[in-house]
Amino acid sequence: MSASSVLSAASLARIDQAVAKYPPDQKRSAVMAALTIAQDEKGWLSTETMDCIAQYLEMAPVAVYEVATFYTMYDRKPVGKCKLAICTNLPCALQGATVAAAYLKQKLGIEFGETTADGAFTLKEAECLGACGDAPVLLVNNKRMACAMSPDKLDKLIEEMK
Amino acid sequence: MGLPVAPFAGDMYGPDAVIMKGITGANWRLQDYLSRGGYSALKKILSEKIPPEQVVAELKKSALRGRGGAGFPTGLKWSFMPRQYPGAKYLVCNSDEGEPGTFKDRDIMRYNPHILIEGMAIGAYAMGIPVGYNYIHGEIWDVFERMEEALAEARAASFIGKKILGSEFNFELHNHHGWGAYICGEETALLESLEGKKGQPRFKPPFPASFGLYGKPTTINNTETFAAVPWIINNGGDAFLALGKPNNGGTKIFSVSGDVARPGNYEVKLGTPFAKLLEMAGGMRDGKKLKAVIPGGSSMPVLPADIMMATDMDYDSIAKAGSMLGSGAVIVMDETRCMVKSLLRLSYFYYEESCGQCTPCREGTGWLYRMVDRIEHGKGKPEDLDLLNSVADNIQGRTICALGDAAAMPVRAFIKHYRDEFQHHIDHKQCVVPTYI
Amino acid sequence: MLEIEIDGRKLEVPDGSTVMDATNQAGVYVPHFCYHKKLSIAANCRMCLVHVDKAPKPLPACATPVTNGMKVFTHSEQAINAQKGVMEFLLINHPLDCPICDQGGECQLQDLAMGYGGSGSRYEEPKRVVNNKNLGPLISTDMTRCIHCTRCVRFGEEIAGIMELGMIGRGEHAEIIAFVGKTVDSELSGNVIDLCPVGALTSKPFRYSARTWELTRHSSVSPHCGLGSNLTVQVKQNRVMRVLPRENDAINECWLSDKDRFAYEGLNASDRLVKPMIRENGAWREVDWQVALEFAANGIRKVRDQHGAVHVAALATPHQTVEELYLLQKLAHGLGSSNVDFRTRQSDFSADSNVVPWLGMAIADIAQLDRVLVVGSTLRKDHPLIAHRIRQAAKRHLQVNLIHVTDDDLAMRITNKAIVAPSQMARQLAQLVAAVAHAKGAPLPAGLAGTEAGDAAKRMADSLLSGKNCALFVGNFAQHHPSATQLHALVQTLADLLGAKFGFLGEAANSVGGYLAGAAAGGMNALQMMREPRQAYLLLGAEPELDCYDPQQAMSAMKQAEFVVALSPYQHQALDYAHVMLPVAPFTETSGTFVSTEGKAQSFRGLVQPLAETRPAWKVLRVLGNLLQVDGFDYDSSEAVLKDALSGSDPTSRLNNRLTQGVIGKIEAQGSGDIERIAEVPIYQTDAIVRRAPSLHKTRDGAVPVAGMNGEMYERLGLRDGDQVKVNGSSLLSAVLDEKLPAGCIRIPAGHPLTAKLAGMFDTVTIVRVAAQHKVAV
Ligand SMILES: Cc1cc2nc3c(=O)[nH]c(=O)nc-3n(C[C@H](O)[C@H](O)[C@H](O)COP(=O)(O)O)c2cc1C
Ligand code: SF4
Ligand code: FES
Repeated sequence: MSASSVLSAASLARIDQAVAKYPPDQKRSAVMAALTIAQDEKGWLSTETMDCIAQYLEMAPVAVYEVATFYTMYDRKPVGKCKLAICTNLPCALQGATVAAAYLKQKLGIEFGETTADGAFTLKEAECLGACGDAPVLLVNNKRMACAMSPDKLDKLIEEMK
Repeated sequence: MGLPVAPFAGDMYGPDAVIMKGITGANWRLQDYLSRGGYSALKKILSEKIPPEQVVAELKKSALRGRGGAGFPTGLKWSFMPRQYPGAKYLVCNSDEGEPGTFKDRDIMRYNPHILIEGMAIGAYAMGIPVGYNYIHGEIWDVFERMEEALAEARAASFIGKKILGSEFNFELHNHHGWGAYICGEETALLESLEGKKGQPRFKPPFPASFGLYGKPTTINNTETFAAVPWIINNGGDAFLALGKPNNGGTKIFSVSGDVARPGNYEVKLGTPFAKLLEMAGGMRDGKKLKAVIPGGSSMPVLPADIMMATDMDYDSIAKAGSMLGSGAVIVMDETRCMVKSLLRLSYFYYEESCGQCTPCREGTGWLYRMVDRIEHGKGKPEDLDLLNSVADNIQGRTICALGDAAAMPVRAFIKHYRDEFQHHIDHKQCVVPTYI
Repeated sequence: MLEIEIDGRKLEVPDGSTVMDATNQAGVYVPHFCYHKKLSIAANCRMCLVHVDKAPKPLPACATPVTNGMKVFTHSEQAINAQKGVMEFLLINHPLDCPICDQGGECQLQDLAMGYGGSGSRYEEPKRVVNNKNLGPLISTDMTRCIHCTRCVRFGEEIAGIMELGMIGRGEHAEIIAFVGKTVDSELSGNVIDLCPVGALTSKPFRYSARTWELTRHSSVSPHCGLGSNLTVQVKQNRVMRVLPRENDAINECWLSDKDRFAYEGLNASDRLVKPMIRENGAWREVDWQVALEFAANGIRKVRDQHGAVHVAALATPHQTVEELYLLQKLAHGLGSSNVDFRTRQSDFSADSNVVPWLGMAIADIAQLDRVLVVGSTLRKDHPLIAHRIRQAAKRHLQVNLIHVTDDDLAMRITNKAIVAPSQMARQLAQLVAAVAHAKGAPLPAGLAGTEAGDAAKRMADSLLSGKNCALFVGNFAQHHPSATQLHALVQTLADLLGAKFGFLGEAANSVGGYLAGAAAGGMNALQMMREPRQAYLLLGAEPELDCYDPQQAMSAMKQAEFVVALSPYQHQALDYAHVMLPVAPFTETSGTFVSTEGKAQSFRGLVQPLAETRPAWKVLRVLGNLLQVDGFDYDSSEAVLKDALSGSDPTSRLNNRLTQGVIGKIEAQGSGDIERIAEVPIYQTDAIVRRAPSLHKTRDGAVPVAGMNGEMYERLGLRDGDQVKVNGSSLLSAVLDEKLPAGCIRIPAGHPLTAKLAGMFDTVTIVRVAAQHKVAV
């Protein structure tokens, strides 16, 4: 198996850019970036994808797997087209996140950790996103922060992401 | 990316701001920064060839203490760096802001990124470090992208890179993003993570100053710490110290969250009374009564309203009041809040975020969480409160990193100050507070 | 030196010591799980918390550096509370299933729980359950018992050089796994069983077969590779149940290779020979010892009388004891023959007769080397623990240079390598000699005139020249090579130019001892006695079809012989050609001595009764000597034999790697253009015992041999996925792409029944494609 049979040239180029940030003998520093890039491309991280990254960065496969399981934003199983991760930690809860979370669950008809039957949405409970002042906050597909999510803003977001 | 939720008029971070002075939310570019007088500290150092020792001395005078949580004097930390060490050395910025209640570094980076870059460049100069990394909380990807852009600007303008501003000083800086692990805020976990491993804290000693990134001498500071540096160089350490109180120099950005009318970041002089800060945040939301405050981020002990209202916001005063200033996250709770439920959410956090390597934290955080969960759900037993305290005791001070303490301290403080409420849950299988969160 | 006070007792410890080092030195026991003296410090179990005066909280002894004047209390209230607290945490999620746990009785958690655990549990929440993992044939798991000390993970990364295990997830959900679907069976993996302080990782072959308190423990020495690993062999009801390392820092430290650990299964193999047998008129029958021995003596005597003593040949393996090898050669000499040899896989015997090849240095001194050249060795598989020593040194200052025929992952940092066809090894070495000579301004040795050094040779020369403490090691492959003596001469020349040590990585337990016992007797060597068939063969432990350089030739020699006596613990193919089979004891059932590759003689005793009618080989040889009326066979103990064998002298005085005339001779220019075979002996095919250890054969290293070749050869032969190849018109093997091989070569292992029909290990081969759809049953 070669890396290029698993990941696109564009992804590999981005991984190369990440690798270049670190000393030449410390390629593995780019593993988090590489997994993120791979997840962006594939939607989730299969064993094959992780194996490929291990090979590409000259790491033991199990070391890649360690990393992929340690950081919560890596998905090792397929997720919905849109992954919503809402912070329910105390500061956010005090500012309406509990209400927002309940609204989301009811609206999507799923619990935390579940995916809607049509595969459109996955709902996750997040820990502190570092944006408590903007609560309720949620993360859309890992990369987009949606702030001050009142029920009508949630409606709009869901409409947009359908 | 938009403005903060509740845009407020005038100087949005408060009149005393020095780091966030003049920030509107839209003036983050290099040009804006330069027009605010940005990079003048770096230029001054390089053009006047100020000796590195003098930079460190200025930092020492300023009494700047680390803004990441531990409050360690920054000048002293910088003096630990073996400046003459011949091999590779690293400077690391801890922007992995993940402590519940803390969201100040995010604002610095998205609205004033160049102040961080300048602060780091000055640090690198002072310690003779050629390479730096800025480790950014994975959840704030937009901020990571903005930092990448700002870095590109800085590089193009020769504030970063080789022969900076025509001098002999080289400093290369890169951004690195996390991907969802609170523990990577702990400095040695952060280093492991930067090395491409799980973010598991290292036992200290050795400290990063001698064995840091890739085993090389490394200095790690919080984003806000670096961001305070340019002002100190421009205005002198004494002036910075004078902003605050002895041993508590300068301003501090407090992230105020919870039951206030206007949650947000407020940069005030250290020593400002809590009451004043609360007022800046618009006071209590819906006119409710203040019940409790966690003054320094979720890891710190909670304090009841009366104690807080009598306390000033600086390291020493809050310590005296029985808590810690920590990262400056002020979580405000009103009279309708259930303390058991609040603790439950925090205990769950530490249980969820424990890295799992050391026994007391791995096993103890789950035990704490499950007990609080039982009490909250009406299955508490009379002996549970003492057991909670005892388990917390068995965690605290016995772990590799301070996450163990962070998990234990809230438990002890919540029980200490609100024992009645816990007892009520146990005795009556229900909450004293009528409305829940 | 630092001064420290432990529990009120003052002592001095070296700079850089940890509190744990100091307590160890003071003989004070501090409870611990994650700490292991050979692994990096993790300080994660927190069991070793002690009270340090002036410290605000208890500190882990394993990780806390001693400072001058430090006062430590290991039993103060603070220390005991901390330790008890940690013990409680360790037990809350532990299944407490000691009665059904294999670790029971030798479990650190169980032992310490007695001292530090509470009587009841304060934990009333649900316990965690962790799924078991299939880690392959050697290691059995009960992951709920894991206490996350990460010793097993650190072992892989730090000692074995390959990370087979990792700890995934985090917090309470952290668990030890191998990467999805991968098994754990590198050549050192079994050590994690010893390292695991609880019953999470246990031995699969041993599982549920005995409780530790039913086992008796005996010291022994490994009969496999040349290292001479020290063993503790555990026995229940006269059966070897388990083998563990016996710590010896100068040899195996606290480790064992998987071969040394699990090969014992072969001792209990079902094809053990249990009674003497003779073959008359083509039929085998079991007989008494007396009958068998007389039959054997008569047969040999008859051949000698009819065909002359030159027609008597004795062949042993280098896995026999010094005592056995000595008596074998003495018997042959007594009969008038000096056709005795034990170097069954060697093909070039032109070295001087006074060469007794050995490592050339002490094993422990490898740590001090800063430059090494390895010629012809898959170090990891041939010498797992020597590889480990080199690996450790390579992490620090050692540069490893390699000239070999395969580019397999050696799980260590290799600075320079040249991977060449077998026929090109001498040339490659010659280039290196030339490069070094050039750099030194020394004249080119005779025979090397005109040799131009290539880039690889120049880089290696630079590396070797830049060191202060350099050694050159000749591996198994180079020792089997038909130009072994030329390679030897080149290495010697190079060593002289460099002022380096050089030596031979001993292939087998007694590769050195065989020489000392006189078993390379100077008559016909192992190859000659097959090439020029004899009428009588005395086989001691040898299974010629698997042990010899040219199995095909060996088999035809056996089959044509008038009389073959096989002394063996097993019924092997000798059933087809031998006339007497005498059951002799494997190493666990007899006493004897091995002389390791560093020249250290290690004696051991029998630790179980010989199986059924098995007898120690030295006794059998003694009786044969008597029956054949050879003088000097009146030994009453193996010690007495040993005394004669080593002539009472220290074996080290006879070790000698130097060819008196290090003549290099002509270097073959190019290979013949035929397909060269790369025939290494797979790690679990090296000797009769390990060949019969089933668990090892279920590992990757025990897999059925295939024919490997690089893409160019694959294409040249027109191969496709799933194809097989027919080698020399006889052996049928699956073809696989293997880019770790040089051009023009095909890798076909030796020493395996599937390849026993092939000729000499280094002979060129003919290959015919057998397309996937036309598979022929073998
Ligand atoms: C569990 C844990 C989480 C932490 N999280 C952060 C963080 O998010 N940001 C930060 O700057 N420091 C954090 N710290 C503190 C750092 O370990 C370290 O003290 C700090 O980055 C040093 O910088 P300073 O001296 O500028 O404060 C954390 C510490 C612990 C124990
Ligand atoms: S205290 Fe918790 S987070 Fe810190 S090292 Fe120990 S297990 Fe990891
Ligand atoms: S032995 Fe010291 S922490 Fe485990």
